[in-house]
Amino acid sequence: MSTLDHVHDLGLPAVGPIADAIAAGGEKQTDLKAKDFKTDQEVRWCPGCGDYVILNAVQSFLPSLGIAREDMVIVSGIGCSSRFPYYLNTYGMHSIHGRAPAIATGLAASRPDLSVWVVTGDGDALSIGGNHLIHALRRNVNMTILLFNNRIYGLTKGQYSPTSEVGKVTKSTPMGSLDHPFNPVSLALGADATFVGRAMDSDRKGLTDVLRQAAEHKGTALVEIYQNCNIFNDGAFDLLKDPTTGTQWTIPLVHGKPLVFGPDGAACVVRDDFGGLRIAETNQVDAGDIVVHDAQRTDSSYAFALSRLSSQDLRYTPMGVFRSVEKPTYDAMMAEQLDVARAERAPDLDALLAGNDTWTVR
Amino acid sequence: MSGTNPPSSAPGGLVKSVVELDRVVIRLAGDSGDGMQLTGNRFTSETASFGNDLSTLPNFPAEIRAPTGTLPGVSSFQLHFADHDIMTPGDAPDVLVVMNPAALKANLADLPGGGLLIADSDEFTPRNLAKVGYASNPLEDGSLEQWQLVSVPLTSMTLEALAGSGLGKKEAERSKNMFTLGLLSWMYHRPTEGTIRFLERQFRRKPEIAAANIAAFRAGFNYGDTTEAFAVSYEIKPAPMAPGVYRNISGNQALSLGLVAAGQRSGLPVFLGAYPITPASDILHELSKHKAFGVRTFQAEDEIAGIGAALGASFGGALGVTTTSGPGISLKSEAIGLAVMIELPLVIVDVQRGGPSTGLPTKTEQSDLLQAMFGRNGEAPVPVIAPRSPGDCFDAAIEATRIALTYRTPVILLSDGYLANGAEPWAVPSSEDLPDLTVQFATEPNGPDGEFLPYRRDPETLARAWAVPGTAGLQHRVGGLEKADLTGNISYDPANHDLMVRTRQAKIDGIAASLPPTEVDDPDGDARVAVIGWGSTYGPIGAACRRIRSSGRSVAQIHLRHINPMPTDLGEILHRYDRVVCPEMNLGQLALLLRAKYLIDVESHTQVRGLPFRAAELAAVIQEVIDRTDLPAAAGVNGETL
Repeated sequence: MSTLDHVHDLGLPAVGPIADAIAAGGEKQTDLKAKDFKTDQEVRWCPGCGDYVILNAVQSFLPSLGIAREDMVIVSGIGCSSRFPYYLNTYGMHSIHGRAPAIATGLAASRPDLSVWVVTGDGDALSIGGNHLIHALRRNVNMTILLFNNRIYGLTKGQYSPTSEVGKVTKSTPMGSLDHPFNPVSLALGADATFVGRAMDSDRKGLTDVLRQAAEHKGTALVEIYQNCNIFNDGAFDLLKDPTTGTQWTIPLVHGKPLVFGPDGAACVVRDDFGGLRIAETNQVDAGDIVVHDAQRTDSSYAFALSRLSSQDLRYTPMGVFRSVEKPTYDAMMAEQLDVARAERAPDLDALLAGNDTWTVR
Repeated sequence: MSGTNPPSSAPGGLVKSVVELDRVVIRLAGDSGDGMQLTGNRFTSETASFGNDLSTLPNFPAEIRAPTGTLPGVSSFQLHFADHDIMTPGDAPDVLVVMNPAALKANLADLPGGGLLIADSDEFTPRNLAKVGYASNPLEDGSLEQWQLVSVPLTSMTLEALAGSGLGKKEAERSKNMFTLGLLSWMYHRPTEGTIRFLERQFRRKPEIAAANIAAFRAGFNYGDTTEAFAVSYEIKPAPMAPGVYRNISGNQALSLGLVAAGQRSGLPVFLGAYPITPASDILHELSKHKAFGVRTFQAEDEIAGIGAALGASFGGALGVTTTSGPGISLKSEAIGLAVMIELPLVIVDVQRGGPSTGLPTKTEQSDLLQAMFGRNGEAPVPVIAPRSPGDCFDAAIEATRIALTYRTPVILLSDGYLANGAEPWAVPSSEDLPDLTVQFATEPNGPDGEFLPYRRDPETLARAWAVPGTAGLQHRVGGLEKADLTGNISYDPANHDLMVRTRQAKIDGIAASLPPTEVDDPDGDARVAVIGWGSTYGPIGAACRRIRSSGRSVAQIHLRHINPMPTDLGEILHRYDRVVCPEMNLGQLALLLRAKYLIDVESHTQVRGLPFRAAELAAVIQEVIDRTDLPAAAGVNGETL
């Protein structure tokens, strides 16, 4: 039995050839180990790539969800991260550049019984696929999107990406890039995403914790995973990974806990003018003024303000779950409309073909 | 051809005669806001329920409301109905109804001399005349003498009829199209109950509007009955049709019902991913009404998401469908290539319109054929089929689904704007007579070592195994990278790529084995010239061939449903004829394919005016080719006779 019955309408579809095939396929195993999720395919990322760490974390964490492998589908686009499906022993589709959220939307909307995951990167999700990402988020289709952000184009050998910092010198920008980067969390919140989280590839515990909450969320969940590309953008997240500077510049988000961080909790987050947030020194403010993290606020302004604390150089980066709110999912509402229509009038193909105005020739 | 019945006495003592005709073409033209399309559709429904054969041609601008009274704002609806079976909406109208000077100016050239011209004289004001450049009022200056002009103050009579209805002038004026419909209904002895029922249904929440429209409709009918302006009414007897139940249907409606029926006959849920685009949107609208049949419609953020979502649904075991027009196909190309690679069923409907680029959104054309055939990177063969009439869109949708499901492939169905919006009587099929489209999903491992091989193929169809998510033990990954034979794993092996490219092609080519023999319509059996076409040109080509035959000459008609692959017997059939003519609403795309495939010197006849061919013009073209084919032999210049 899955622990996620409330998230996925397991048991559907009840009738028809799809249900028959699934029934004929035999019993579902949910008592699984990490090795059960490995495939026989050789993993082909560069040695030292952050993707290995994420793959290991995901393979280790999936069994705990109690979902059978055959009930999971991983859909990806194009890019290094998008090779992910080949290495997970579930159903999967390695699709075309940027379109994974759209493909997953069709799958999740027509098969609410499945656990649908999208694996994408900063180029795939935010450049060529930016449109699909924001629309998937606003619709709130039941799926989990893992956005591996390495702030570079890896598979095409090192051009700047839509999350690269301004002035990035790459093969395509020898004098430095000119475009201002996206903050993926801000973008997702702007699209009214119901779940937005951020985690670090190397932080197994933190990553697993955010992944679990994302998997347990009913609706579209976006998890931005900072991922090191050791070939084309090595050390991009060292500021946050280094034990000393990491503590200084990372704001851990824990629902219900005050936003205090830094060495000895010296820094904190307080309210600013116009509904914004700012960083303060803990000993300079009243304890009551320190913001207590509330990921469940219906209004997304607070989560958005949190996402704006960090800058391009990664100082003051909140990590964890920014927002997690309940909202009806697109697939459930779509299924409900079908039920309502069936209840109003039982399907009768012959009546449909005849329509309202017929005449008979004898 | 026609005969005059004894005059009958109408109420009021007026003597009116009834003339019997075998066919009539009526064109209604007015401003986009005048409700010409609605009027035309209602007249069509009345005509259909009366039992005439009919064919329609709506023609309207892309702008929703172009400036009132201007030429770009003119919208028209042509209806051809007869006491025998007909194939086209008619080359030229016998009757032209114009609601304003712009409609007159835009349409008069199409009305043959002697034709009946009915004009709303109220709208021929100095201002409206000036808008379209008339220096004087053509209704009064004698410039329309070669036609039978009847000036009728349609607007003011509608207002009079609705005096006391409580409606304001502007609102009451809107009912003038129903007044006109009433007048025409009287002129052609149309049954009126259907229109009254329709108006009651349409405006059930606004009973005062329903009452006003019905009052205007009745007033128009009674005006015809009592006025001296119309001394004659016309009768067109019902056409003999095969016994059965009929309805009137447009191409987009028929296509939608075909998709619902295909879902029911396959047992698979239908999933439509679509982005609104003219002239395909009505399929999205129609399918969204049929949720009770398990049809899911998804209005996507763009064309790519539409096909992406449909393909995602297909991966889950649904019948994935996407509907669009030319510009949308351009955007979907990459996803179609993915569907070719991952070998999943997908029905792609292209309701063609004038191109390139945005082109002529509301006009018809057949210029996407080569895009459908070849518009993808790599060797990406896709079956292409085309319906030939509005009602045939139903069968084409079912055939597209059969191919998609049987061969696990995307299929492109090429409809066009003329089929989409045109209408004809349709013999309603019984659901049990429709083909069984049951699919066999994979349910167990098929490999020698108990593994699942997603690219193991059916030896006959070359279709790969289709396992749906949720089926235990058959987990597999598909994707756009080249697949290794059998396993579907990523493979860059040269020999494997060569094998897979050729296998995908062989699978599509092999569909030809499932096709029926090509139908050749050559009633005399001695034709030396064959006319070959595809899609919506069926009607005009057929009508042209009838004209040729009625003049005592022979011609064969061949019409392709399947353009990729073509039927196996086609090459041999075409080689039987001395000359092959191929009329198309493009610059010769099918002709190019036939020449390349069969090395036949096809004579291409083309037209890209955004309108269907006229039968008379096509007949002249065919006649010229027949003359050329027969004459040299008679003159003794043929090699065999020298």
